Amino acid sequence: MKVIDLIKELDLVKITDSFDENIEFTGVYIGDLLSLVMSRAKQGDLWITIQTHINVVAVADLLDLSAILVAEGMEIDEDTAIKANDLGLPILQSKMSAYELACGINRLGI
Amino acid sequence: MEELIKRYEYEIIANDFDIAGSTSSSIKRNLKSIGVDPSIVRKVAIVSYEAEINIIIHSKGGKMCLEIYKDKLTIRAHDNGPGISNIDLAMSEGFSTATNEAREFGFGAGMGLPNMKKYSDNFNITSSSEGTNIDIDIYMD
Ligand SMILES: Nc1ncnc2c1ncn2[C@@H]1O[C@H](COP(=O)(O)OP(=O)(O)OP(=O)(O)O)[C@@H](O)[C@H]1O
Ligand SMILES: [Mg+2]
Repeated sequence: MKVIDLIKELDLVKITDSFDENIEFTGVYIGDLLSLVMSRAKQGDLWITIQTHINVVAVADLLDLSAILVAEGMEIDEDTAIKANDLGLPILQSKMSAYELACGINRLGI
Repeated sequence: MEELIKRYEYEIIANDFDIAGSTSSSIKRNLKSIGVDPSIVRKVAIVSYEAEINIIIHSKGGKMCLEIYKDKLTIRAHDNGPGISNIDLAMSEGFSTATNEAREFGFGAGMGLPNMKKYSDNFNITSSSEGTNIDIDIYMD
């Protein structure tokens, strides 16, 4: 599924906007402990987290994740958004919990 | 001795959370640009990230290097102390002495060293109060 379609379906906030509208995600990983994400998330995953420090961009970049979706309306550091924009990595945000987001994505057939 | 094709060295600064991961990103980009298989790049990305973060959050700073051989990649991490007093304990999943500050940023699962071991073909660690040395080989088969 395309990241831009998910944005419309779940009414997500775009924190970055310099990404390719053809970016798709092929799976979902939920987690806030970076070493667990490093070993468990897969290339092409959408990553749902409440972490917002700039290091999340490094993790997503190293693993070739498709996008970061920040749950619980957590505030995103400006540095994080700048670096993600540089890399063309989508960062999205929602007030929903990781569970609610995952259920929403599941309903869309992922 | 296998012939070394290329060697890169990177300085890692202690406590610099804001650029944490930048060395691993450089390493990853290097390997991608020379056409290394994506599954190998992924392993290198994981082990180099964990080694880099450990130097930043647990040590007084150090160096990392990437050595490219014909059929393997070697990642070396070296820091200037304070060292790990009990390596067996440090290697066990879930063990962490990360500070609260580091934990707020998502570090401290106690999975970094286990990940390095899991994703490498050879993993060697030695440590004293002078510093910690980690040598990792990943074969390109
Ligand atoms: N370079 C180092 N210098 C000193 N101590 C270290 C070093 N690397 C690891 N350690 C010690 O070993 C412990 C385990 O390291 P490990 O990378 O497995 O977990 P962590 O860094 O605490 O958390 P995580 O990597 O999951 O974010 C650390 O908490 C720390 O006490
Ligand atoms: Mg670690």
